[in-house]
Amino acid sequence: MASVITEQEKLIGKGIKRKEDPRLITGTATYVDDMQLPGMHHACIVRSPYAAANIKSIDIKAALETPGVVAVYTGAAVKDVGPVPCGASLPGLRVPHHHILAQDRVYFVGHPVAVVVATDRYIARDGADLVEVDYDVLPAVADPEKALADGAPAVHPQWPDNVAFNFHQENGEVEKVFAEAEVVVKQRITSQRLIPSSMETRAVLAEYRSGEKALTIYSSSQIPHLLRTLVAGMLGVPEHKLRVVVPEVGGGFGSKLNVYAEEALMGWIAMKTGKPVKWIESRRENFLTTIHGRGHVDYYEIAAKKDGTITGIRLKLIQDLGAYHQLLTPAIPTLSVLMMPGLYRCQTICADIVGVFTNCVPTDAYRGAGRPEATHGIERMVDMLAAELKMDAAELRLKNFIQPGEFPFASATGLTYDSGDYAKPLKKALDIVNYMGLREQQRKARAEGRWMGIGMSTYGEICAFGPSPATPAGGWESASVRIEPSGKITVHTGVSPHGQGEETTFSQIVADELGVDFNDVVVLHGDTAIVQYGIGTFGSRGTAVGGTALYFALQELKAKIKRFGAMLLDTDSVVYEEGRCACRKTGNSVSLAEIAGASYRAMKLPPGTEPGMMATYFWEPPNFTFPFGAHIVVTEVDKETGVVTIQRYVAVDDCGKILNPLIVAGQVHGGVAQGIGQSLYEHGIYDDNGQLLTGEFMDYAIPKITMMPWIESEHTETPSPVNPLGVKGVGEAGTIGCSPAVVNSVVDALSPLGVRHLDMPLSPEKIWKVLQGGQA
Amino acid sequence: MMIAIMRRAIAVTINGKRHSNEVEPRLLLIHYLRDVLGLTGPHIGCETSICGACTVLVNGKAIKSCTMFAVQANGADVLTIEGLASDGNLHPIQNAFWEEHGAQCGYCTPGMIMASKQLLDRNASPTEEEIRHGLEGNLCRCTGYQHIVNAVKSAAAKMGA
Ligand code: FES
Ligand code: FES
Repeated sequence: MASVITEQEKLIGKGIKRKEDPRLITGTATYVDDMQLPGMHHACIVRSPYAAANIKSIDIKAALETPGVVAVYTGAAVKDVGPVPCGASLPGLRVPHHHILAQDRVYFVGHPVAVVVATDRYIARDGADLVEVDYDVLPAVADPEKALADGAPAVHPQWPDNVAFNFHQENGEVEKVFAEAEVVVKQRITSQRLIPSSMETRAVLAEYRSGEKALTIYSSSQIPHLLRTLVAGMLGVPEHKLRVVVPEVGGGFGSKLNVYAEEALMGWIAMKTGKPVKWIESRRENFLTTIHGRGHVDYYEIAAKKDGTITGIRLKLIQDLGAYHQLLTPAIPTLSVLMMPGLYRCQTICADIVGVFTNCVPTDAYRGAGRPEATHGIERMVDMLAAELKMDAAELRLKNFIQPGEFPFASATGLTYDSGDYAKPLKKALDIVNYMGLREQQRKARAEGRWMGIGMSTYGEICAFGPSPATPAGGWESASVRIEPSGKITVHTGVSPHGQGEETTFSQIVADELGVDFNDVVVLHGDTAIVQYGIGTFGSRGTAVGGTALYFALQELKAKIKRFGAMLLDTDSVVYEEGRCACRKTGNSVSLAEIAGASYRAMKLPPGTEPGMMATYFWEPPNFTFPFGAHIVVTEVDKETGVVTIQRYVAVDDCGKILNPLIVAGQVHGGVAQGIGQSLYEHGIYDDNGQLLTGEFMDYAIPKITMMPWIESEHTETPSPVNPLGVKGVGEAGTIGCSPAVVNSVVDALSPLGVRHLDMPLSPEKIWKVLQGGQA
Repeated sequence: MMIAIMRRAIAVTINGKRHSNEVEPRLLLIHYLRDVLGLTGPHIGCETSICGACTVLVNGKAIKSCTMFAVQANGADVLTIEGLASDGNLHPIQNAFWEEHGAQCGYCTPGMIMASKQLLDRNASPTEEEIRHGLEGNLCRCTGYQHIVNAVKSAAAKMGA
């Protein structure tokens, strides 16, 4: 049984167990594929097996003749549907027209070519197998550096150089700083393509009611309202006639912060056929056609003085964009540039991005989105600088940190860091592992011929996206709170949680602010027909921005509660505490339920006050938040096999004020798991012909339970001044802090062999080869 | 070229209740449970017997129900997540997943819980290593597994008590 929570207890800061869970642990939650509508059809998409080809012809006859197949559509049928949208704008950005089904050419393996609609999901697949597409195969290019070379095949024939955009940013006297530097360290560093791999693939169900001319799209998405605005535009459906419903979502990690061809396509089919239609992405399709993350080749240079002071950072960033721009594709590497100085004071930076088309599925936001790449880069470079200067890695970091007295701090890339004490988590982590003792242990291990490594990263993040001027579609968030006549409370939030537990944390906020029972609060989200416009869940913004909107809505509501309370108590001075309004003089009081009831019966109203008890607040954040932390990883490399074992993982994260430590721990663990995946196991590999070699879980190794170390998670709490809750956000911290710490640790382990850098993933094969070379 | 597909009669006891249906031989058990019977607790994460989201107990053994045809379950006794709680009381493993925050998006959770049940049926007080070994066939992308390990440990302690 849930522990009974009394009104007096403050819930914020407590590890309350989640409200979401009863439905999840009993198998009674509703994900898109759990829904069946009367007369529902199933769709299966025919996809290109080639990375580049002209479509000569498509024969749909055999498919159409299959009993149970209702319709087959090809590109020609949907050529007037608006393109899959790109929400990012950069000067000079080349934007290819992204049809929802290929027209006369395909651009990546998995490109949708036709769709089969049938009465049953098996028959839809049978039908798809019978669609004959005649292709004229063209040369493809799958590697961004090769795509930039002279004579490379053009992904889009109209742009033979394969360049989608160039972006430049600099601050300070870059040339001078590098010319005068006492030390310069250079390194090419890659952040490989990753496949987000939410356990629930994408899933869409569309229903059209012709009488009302109303379309409903159920989709596994992180952004219901933006999806509605954009798909309405694509289909030419008036926005208020499109309802988007996001039921339970089985993970997103950024991959569902998007608008996909299939979402519009199912809407179009539902309207065309008049029948509901469901499309469930197969795992193979998920790997081939849902966005990938990362895809960087970075050329770094770092300039410093002999004493370790970092004086300049220079970066040439080659971003593998894939064949098209999905919602935020070109914007992601610009986030890497913003984050490139990390936690360091250095004011001289220079960055050049070249965004490159390849015949691959587009890259876009995946947990951390641009910031893990930046953190990996700077944290690898700082370690290499430490090695070059023969300085201790921790000491070098401490020397260059922005100091607590310097906040708000104007970064070299134009950001204003809100608050921080960067030495604190690092020192705490060093204490936890007993750093000096560890180094001693390492000396002994080396003497015994064992390769033990100690690696750290000190990371910063840009979170709580974000001030609207800095985001493509508005960065505010909304909340409404309604106290029902019985005193029960309904919250509508514009964020769209899918595992982050905001039904719980938001209930904690409401319970504390209104002094009500946690169980009397319901938090609703993800249905555009019932929730006011909102932006959604991504960029560690749910609680920091959405929770703050809720906080302000509650303040407005409290003012109204007090006006009604004062009226009912016939006084002009009331306090509101623990769910009751009390008169200061007489001590008489009325409960929230009595007040709410009176506000709806409205026999009498306080002067200038409307009936009812509801408040809606749209909160525009004045700034991002900047969480930070330190991760320390102890590894050992097996000399025979090259297998890396993580012996200790210590994460000290500062995500501002912690509302629910249980949920925060879960976010850290999950983030670290994805970081470990990138560091050691995961790599979305395309061959030279643009075939994805890692197209299933058999070939693409997300961490299993046996591959994860125990994570020792600790915190420091530096409140953010950006919002009254003091929260900074924690969804991406684990991922961002992890990969450089793991790689630094393994490089440290192998440093006696002269190893100074390794690119991820640190697979046994890669390490084994290094060991062979190193020992030769 | 289409041949009419012969349907086969099957009878399966699921969560204590007998179901008789005529199904295509190629129908996967997971689709039978979900689409025919509406038992949508077990999920589909891969359809290739890797992720474990579809795990149910068939005659007491944890099976990835995307790996088995419905016709192969003819005569079997199947337990899905929906049948785990009894008389409205959560099973101790379910409770432990709740207490220990073992679920985030919840998609892997029904499979995880069913695999945990087999694990604890076989070994009432597993070590951390045994827990990890026992759940190796179930993927979770959200939790990093640590709270799942905690949940299984805590369930074992409660069930043993
Ligand atoms: S769906 Fe059965 S194992 Fe993944
Ligand atoms: S809780 Fe989301 S996959 Fe496990």
